[in-house]
Amino acid sequence: MRRERARDEKTPVLWMVVHGVIASAIGIAAGLAIEWFPEQASTQAGPIDHLYDVLIWTSVPVFVTVSIIVLFSVRNFKMRPGEEQLDGPPIHGNTRLEVIWTAIPAVVLVVLCSYAWVVLNDIEEAHAGEMRINVVGQQFAWTFEYPQPGGKPIKSTQLYLPKDRPVRFYVKALDVIHDFWVPAFRMKIDAVPGIETKYRVTPNRLGTYPVVCAELCGLGHSVMRTTTHVVTPAKFNAWIAEQKAPAAASAEGEIDGKTLFTDGNGAATACGSCHTLADAGTQSETGPDLDKALAGEDAASIKQSITAPDAKITPGFQAGIMPKNYGDTLSAEELDALVKYLGEAAGK
Amino acid sequence: MVARLRGPGMSRAALGTVLGTAVSYVIIVIMRSWYDLDPVLDGFAVLELALFLAPIGFLIGLGAFDYWFYWAAGKKTVADDHSSHGAHSWRDYFKVNTDHKVIGIQYVVTSFFFFFVGGLFAMLMRAELAQPGRQFVDPNTFNGLFSVHASLLIFLFIIPVFAGLANYVLPLMIGAPDMAFPRLNALSFWMLPLAGIMMLMSFAAPGGSFASGWTAYAPLSVTAPEGQVFFTIGVQFAGASSIATALNFLATIITMRAPGMSFFRMPLLVWANFSTSLLVVIATPFIAVSQFMVLFDRSLGFNFFEATGRGDVLMYQHIFWFYSHPAVYIMMLPGFGIISEILAVKSRKPIFGYRMMAFSLLAIVVLGFTVWAHHMFVSGMQDWIRIPMMITTAIIAVPTGIKIFSWLATLWRGVLHLDTPMLFALGFLSMFTLGGISGVMLAIIPVTIHVSDTYFIVAHIHYVLFGGSLLTIFAGVYYWFPKMTGRMYDERLGKLHFWTTFIFFNATFAPMHVIGIQGMPRRVADYAEQWAGWNLAISIMSFFLGLSALVFAYNMVASWRGGPRAESNPWRALTLEWQVTSPPPIFNFDAIPTVVGGPYEYGVPGAVHGVLKGAEVPQPAGATASAGGRAHGSGSAKDEE
Repeated sequence: MRRERARDEKTPVLWMVVHGVIASAIGIAAGLAIEWFPEQASTQAGPIDHLYDVLIWTSVPVFVTVSIIVLFSVRNFKMRPGEEQLDGPPIHGNTRLEVIWTAIPAVVLVVLCSYAWVVLNDIEEAHAGEMRINVVGQQFAWTFEYPQPGGKPIKSTQLYLPKDRPVRFYVKALDVIHDFWVPAFRMKIDAVPGIETKYRVTPNRLGTYPVVCAELCGLGHSVMRTTTHVVTPAKFNAWIAEQKAPAAASAEGEIDGKTLFTDGNGAATACGSCHTLADAGTQSETGPDLDKALAGEDAASIKQSITAPDAKITPGFQAGIMPKNYGDTLSAEELDALVKYLGEAAGK
Repeated sequence: MVARLRGPGMSRAALGTVLGTAVSYVIIVIMRSWYDLDPVLDGFAVLELALFLAPIGFLIGLGAFDYWFYWAAGKKTVADDHSSHGAHSWRDYFKVNTDHKVIGIQYVVTSFFFFFVGGLFAMLMRAELAQPGRQFVDPNTFNGLFSVHASLLIFLFIIPVFAGLANYVLPLMIGAPDMAFPRLNALSFWMLPLAGIMMLMSFAAPGGSFASGWTAYAPLSVTAPEGQVFFTIGVQFAGASSIATALNFLATIITMRAPGMSFFRMPLLVWANFSTSLLVVIATPFIAVSQFMVLFDRSLGFNFFEATGRGDVLMYQHIFWFYSHPAVYIMMLPGFGIISEILAVKSRKPIFGYRMMAFSLLAIVVLGFTVWAHHMFVSGMQDWIRIPMMITTAIIAVPTGIKIFSWLATLWRGVLHLDTPMLFALGFLSMFTLGGISGVMLAIIPVTIHVSDTYFIVAHIHYVLFGGSLLTIFAGVYYWFPKMTGRMYDERLGKLHFWTTFIFFNATFAPMHVIGIQGMPRRVADYAEQWAGWNLAISIMSFFLGLSALVFAYNMVASWRGGPRAESNPWRALTLEWQVTSPPPIFNFDAIPTVVGGPYEYGVPGAVHGVLKGAEVPQPAGATASAGGRAHGSGSAKDEE
């Protein structure tokens, strides 16, 4: 039944606009004030973060518009006592309004997409003097290979990058899909078995940043992390030289098996990040508890467990979880030191 | 006993399950001895075959195929047999029932069962994630929990609960006595609990449940432990159910509308389910195919997705997302329909821009098939395809925006009844807008490169599926509760449910946007120390969110058992389902109604949507007394002779 509402039906459009502008201003200020992103450590990060700010600028007013209309409708048009049988005015539509709210969002979206395209070209642009690094993902470790002209590539499980030098990563996977992501660089791509994927970054801030696997790759997905070191070009060259002559480095003194277990060697991931060992004070439960699994085992058996982890599987665990690359990433001396340490420490 | 095993029912279904398993053993042993394979009895091979044959045995035993078997065998069948129609006791809900109203309730109750199970899994995940490191479950169980959580809530809750609600009200809305294919309808329903039980059973598999996410990306799913096949095969049953129901809806909507019910007089819920069914029929076969290919890779040594065997890893994602992106709209369009019904009735105004509302649904159907690769911006696919996919993804926000703005215009100057269904509808409007905004952000490639596979995605999908779909489901369940049960729900508890859900939903999922952009990847059992504070807060809020669902459960159960009797049209709505008793008579209408006007003519003097011929349908006891308070406004402006 159509009956005139007793109260004033003038609609407070001006009020809504004022409230909407104020709420949008607060919302945008809050949106820009929140520290959304991790630190910017590449030239790619700036344009992406700026694009995100632009999205905040456009999104907040959209949400505010919808919310303000809902809230004002609730406030002004809610049923009051005595209006139980009342109906609203039979408005069926308004072509002009409908054209407006089809056209404006379409234009805004096309503009945003165009801007995004510009940013995309910017962050994917090739630069002169690019360094190639091969990234290999496997369950559950990253290996970074630095090709050396006329020699074997240097392999490392931690990523070392010289500041301000453009890099291009060539990413591969050995088993399932992984995703190579350094949040501080903003860029990521899947490591896909059978194909090589690529992306570019130019690190521009010294420091250490996490490397994360972003694509679910199985049991140890959440611990498939390592570290990126962005260092000065001089330090980088020194690191490369050091990696080229690993024997010289280890000749400096006795290798400490315990340190190797808890910290790794810069190339091999630390055992303690997945295994519990009371003597070393590690408590992770991704892999078997070595105090139990290795207690009483002889040196040959311990060595096999490190270099060929699937040869013998502890009950309750699956094959294929532990990386099979320790034979490559540990030198012979380091392997011996580690076996010796484990033989003494396990089950102590 | 023999008689019980011969007639259709649960006893014979149990027998069928056992026989299906036995046949699997026999076939595997025969096949493997033919090929001289050792061992002749391979447990996993039997399991994979039994996962197909045992459910089929169950369905045959239950009687889902009886009619067609009799017909095929040349026995006498009565096409118009209504012996399995309607429910007279609770036992009738455990039979093959051909009444769309019984099937609707079977669907809704079953899917809410899986809703609570899936929600419980979420609580376990949040308990594990409350602190970094390992608390309650090992990483394998954790990966299983989020995989089963997502699979249950997508395939066993959101998709079927919409099918259930529509099953109940859609034939009533278009003035039909039932769905077009009632026996197919019953079969569609009974495939669902089988799929759900299969997914839950995976926890008993050696190596744990399937743990490769609901996306089950190859090659992880190909090399995963045996629990994976419970997903691979479970999805086949859920998918077959979905396709059959969609065909049924299409046939029903196209052929069974009452005289005068032209397409542009259909309520928007009918339009929404028409659009959804088109999506299901076209898209769902793609996920069936993707999972069959995984199964063949695993069990029969095919090499569809094995890079080492000349397979193509990315192909899986293309096939999968060609279904699973439209699936997002399969999980959203029916909700749009529900919101359109509720907003018009509860604002006492015609829906604003009815035709554009219908056309925007169809636009979403078409555009929905052109955006799938936006899930693959960092997958390593060819670069150029990203730009067109970004543009289509952004443009799909235009028809969605049309709907949002039209709903807002429907509110404008209405007489808003702020009861529970309306609160959920308004909550949906604001929350779904947020989900849509983060969706547009995710179309923007440079941003997506950073945030894909992070908690930002978790936040986005929950704003769309919880803040979007689930709020519409709650709205719909409250709105049609009087019609479906003949009882009124408790309004105070309903409002409590709304406010607790609304507040704790935001408290749980809004912070996930932040930790995602900060760099926390999703699907991890463990995370870096820096996110410990946020995660603890999120976990605590999520437990309150879990508790709010219990308010809903209590309200539903208590009101169904002892709520006050509902009158036939408590909301003074014009659509046809409200013009019959609550619950409706067994064959819906005494005579097929005639439709003479639009479904939302609120406020139009003397407006009529449908005319019910024949005598006024008798009111159930108790309702007649309160019928005096019934609307005399336009709500009851129908011709009662």
